Amino acid sequence: MSLESRVTEIIVDKLGTRPEEVTPEAGFQTDLGADSLDLVELIMAFEDSFKLKISEEDSAKLRTVGDVISYLNQHGVSE
Amino acid sequence: MKRRVVITGMGAISPIGLTAAECWSNAVEGKSGIRRITLLDPEPYSTRIAGEVRGYDPSNYFDRKAASRVDRYTQFAMVAAAEAYATAGLKESGIDPTRLGVIIGTGIGGLGTMEEEHSKALEKGVDRISPFFCPMMIGNMASGRVAIDLNAKGINFATVTACATSGHAVATAMDAIRLGRADAILAGGAEAPVTMMGLGGFCALKALSTRNDDPEHASRPFDRDRDGFVMSEGGAVVVLEEYEHAKRRGADILAEVCGAGMTCDAFHITAPAEGGEGSARSMSLAMEDAGITPDDVDYINAHGTSTKLNDLGETQAIKTSMGERAHKVMISSTKSVHGHMLGAAGSMELVLTVYAIREGVIPPTATLVEPDPECDLDYVPGTARQGRIRYALSNSFGFGGHNVTLAIGAI
Repeated sequence: MSLESRVTEIIVDKLGTRPEEVTPEAGFQTDLGADSLDLVELIMAFEDSFKLKISEEDSAKLRTVGDVISYLNQHGVSE
Repeated sequence: MKRRVVITGMGAISPIGLTAAECWSNAVEGKSGIRRITLLDPEPYSTRIAGEVRGYDPSNYFDRKAASRVDRYTQFAMVAAAEAYATAGLKESGIDPTRLGVIIGTGIGGLGTMEEEHSKALEKGVDRISPFFCPMMIGNMASGRVAIDLNAKGINFATVTACATSGHAVATAMDAIRLGRADAILAGGAEAPVTMMGLGGFCALKALSTRNDDPEHASRPFDRDRDGFVMSEGGAVVVLEEYEHAKRRGADILAEVCGAGMTCDAFHITAPAEGGEGSARSMSLAMEDAGITPDDVDYINAHGTSTKLNDLGETQAIKTSMGERAHKVMISSTKSVHGHMLGAAGSMELVLTVYAIREGVIPPTATLVEPDPECDLDYVPGTARQGRIRYALSNSFGFGGHNVTLAIGAI
């Protein structure tokens, strides 16, 4: 499964959104209905699935789906 | 003059039904909701039966995200509150949201959430605790969630008095409306205790029936062979409304909450006081508050848990507070069929009491076969009975020595 699909799957599971809403441009709070608690849980789910630790400073910068995918790519997660 | 408080809507979800009407019809027919436990593997426990809300599917009420962020106890509160709100016609009423309150309690709170997150913390580390853990677990979240759901911006808090919780919720809601703090309040309780710690904890207390081979007859209040209560889950909520407010908007007024009595045994953490002293005072205070005497009371919905001590103490309390009338008044414990819903028990039984008043039918103590010689009153054993109810009392007593009695009148 591609990185994008895995990320989409996690977002759909945690936020209850439809897969087609999860585009690279979609903002978690602005477009996908997440609140600050949802974001904490989402980051935790990314950490668990991709076996990495995202610092608080970094997670504050992850505002869109695309941000997460680039972050994961930069940190050596490709699939 | 006191502002009068009436009931204009009711909702319930319990082991005997997913709506108030279904619960009533099964209570009247004496159909038990007690079965072998399915929510967890009951084998290791001395008690392997409980009253689960059968046929409950959260996806019928909540979207997936909402369901995963709301503890089961809060879900039951929200389901019951939505039914009460709808049947009261509050949505169409144009009620000022700042005059609409919520007082919904729970005996324990989000125990299932607590267990799950505690296990996760031990297995995966404390930094894996969900950000939703605290808001899901806390015992006031039913009131918070229901308020969000129904845009109720007035008085809002939760009561916690174990098995007397929702009796206190209704009593304090009545007080608040009398005092003019709100025009309508959704009051009640919810509980979801069928979990490892809930079941294990009550087993350790030796409080539960171990009649595992005959679940439908395990909760047998006032019976000689009773051996403990049967733990149940669910939620029940009523809409209390100021009488003139209800009349003005043409609401269907179901009954009046005429008074309440609240006392404490100040005696023991779990056992009732000698002779039911505290509960007797609670019943007397409720009648006094309602301005009625024992002769006005036709029905008592007993706390009747099916434990040795409660049923005996309550019987003595009824004799003390009702005098001669104790032997004439009809008494029943509907816990015989829905089990003990703990923090939801008082409001569940209030819902059934209101139906009894409306329908002129007394729901039976369905499982009572051979009365305890020391429990020698009319507990309406076996089958329902026709009868006019002018006033009814509904008792709830909780660990900690809390006693609450509601006085309900026909309208």
